[in-house]
Amino acid sequence: MKRFIALFLLLAYLPATGWAIDQQLAFEDPAWQSRYEELNAGLRCLVCQNQTIADSNASLAVDLRGQVKEMMIAGKTDKEILDYMVARYGNFVRFQPPVNNETIFLWAAPAVMVLGGLLIALSIVRRRSNLPVGDEDETPVGGDA
Amino acid sequence: MWRFLIPMALFAILVWFFNQGLGLDPRKIPSPLIGKPAPEFSLPVLGEKDRMVAMSDFRGQVVLVNVWGSWCVACREEHQVLLGIAASGAVPIIGLDWKDQDADAENWLRSLGNPYTVTLVDEGRAAINFGVYGAPESFLIDKQGIIIHKHTGPITWEAWQQEILPMVVKAKEAT
Repeated sequence: MKRFIALFLLLAYLPATGWAIDQQLAFEDPAWQSRYEELNAGLRCLVCQNQTIADSNASLAVDLRGQVKEMMIAGKTDKEILDYMVARYGNFVRFQPPVNNETIFLWAAPAVMVLGGLLIALSIVRRRSNLPVGDEDETPVGGDA
Repeated sequence: MWRFLIPMALFAILVWFFNQGLGLDPRKIPSPLIGKPAPEFSLPVLGEKDRMVAMSDFRGQVVLVNVWGSWCVACREEHQVLLGIAASGAVPIIGLDWKDQDADAENWLRSLGNPYTVTLVDEGRAAINFGVYGAPESFLIDKQGIIIHKHTGPITWEAWQQEILPMVVKAKEAT
């Protein structure tokens, strides 16, 4: 049983380890390789639907990975590489859109919705708790409120 | 009364958003390069590999840079329109043969006709600098070397007549 659980955990973890898509490692230094993978994971493959260039073998993704690698070797910082991509492909190339005037609604929406839901729930609970105790008896069975 | 009106109103708003979304093309991505100088490049000419042509060589004239490849199916559809544009003499078209085999590209131009004033061979670097993500894409560049328009996907005769040609005329009039 223990073995089975161990195997299960191992398999469950497998997809998260993320096999590198390149045939070979781009860098021998693991620190550089992980920086390379991190940069790739933040860049959208523009010809795929909702994939990063780390996930795709589309030829454009291969080219962009090559560009990332080359710029890293040239000593560019992460920010310089990102800015380079954004200057050419726009903010769409970033897998995580930045918070700015255009996207603030997108980023704020979940919080607004949760807060709105809480307010509605609160108002319903308040109203119900103000009802006279005997009121429930008058509600027909199965009816809501 | 409100109890029904509010959800109905919310539902109507939702439907409006979905309806707007239906009309959007997920492949249309605005180019941040409009209004910016066209990226500089120096690329070999197809068929004359020793001759290099640079973006700056076209300073002072309005040009249409067309990114294509013989592997690109939509480019075949666009090719007839490009031939028509070339025949009209409205604007010189610079071909950027993208990620292609030279022999295939030469064959293509021989058998289908050549609309390009010059065809340059790009392995991918120039296309990245132009923010290209799929062929065909076309960039209209003014006399100062500024990108004034980007057309994603094949240019249709309607798009040429209604969108691009008026911009070409205007750009040619400007000094």
